[in-house]
Amino acid sequence: MALKTDAVGKSWPAYEYEVGREKIREYAQVIGFDNPVYFDAEAARAAGYRDIVAPPMFVVVYAAGAMGPVLFDPDVEMNFAAMVHGGQEFEWGEPVCSGDLITTSTTCKDIYPKDGKGFYVFETESKNQNGDLVCKATWTNIVRGIEE
Amino acid sequence: MSAKEKGEKIAGLKVTPDKFLPHRYAGASGDFNPIHIDKEFAQMVGLPTTILHGLYVMGLVAKAATEEAGGDPRALKRLSVQFRGMSMPETEIEVSGEVIEADGADVTFDLIAAQGENQVIRNASAVISYP
Repeated sequence: MALKTDAVGKSWPAYEYEVGREKIREYAQVIGFDNPVYFDAEAARAAGYRDIVAPPMFVVVYAAGAMGPVLFDPDVEMNFAAMVHGGQEFEWGEPVCSGDLITTSTTCKDIYPKDGKGFYVFETESKNQNGDLVCKATWTNIVRGIEE
Repeated sequence: MSAKEKGEKIAGLKVTPDKFLPHRYAGASGDFNPIHIDKEFAQMVGLPTTILHGLYVMGLVAKAATEEAGGDPRALKRLSVQFRGMSMPETEIEVSGEVIEADGADVTFDLIAAQGENQVIRNASAVISYP
């Protein structure tokens, strides 16, 4: 199957995620954190946060809803059966706390063939309710067995 | 917490995810791809058994980097990884690394997450800003 590149440059509507305490606790617990700033609001406030703070990698929770529909977009035509997650890059800004409203927008930066594989590069930008950047991410998916 | 010097090893971490970790991570993250939670499906698509989520392992790398700087989540400024292998539940994961650049309060770590000889994540680069 030839590589379809129609989606390069395309942007998708922003996705909103409201951050709650229990979701942060659930994520922090599964990763194995014991730092009270992720569980206890008073400890978080004592450390200078507005409320329970999210671990940086909580971005996978608030940005996932933005990336999901993109992979199912007909312009992308992702071959899920041959897809692997190749690489991931995050750059963090303002911390994310319980009560924040995070808005994530997605752009397709590139789709290119290399060594018989298709590389799909997406960028997400997540901002909080004050318009501050909380995380900029680059997601690279690789699809095996394409025609060049 | 004092900043590190180039070449210095980090403490890293070791964890053995139990059999049901991928189910809990699926719930926490919202990623219910059946290759992580359904053994029959995983084997049908040619995997030996269910595999861990790559972003879970990246979460462990982020934890190791953050804890190296004293645990404050504000310390982690940047993290990039390449996923290079599959990892399984019920096998120990070790995250290790060293300082490759130290510029005042900002330190760059090169990190690896491995199960034995199998490097699941390599060339991970974390930028930490020491408080």
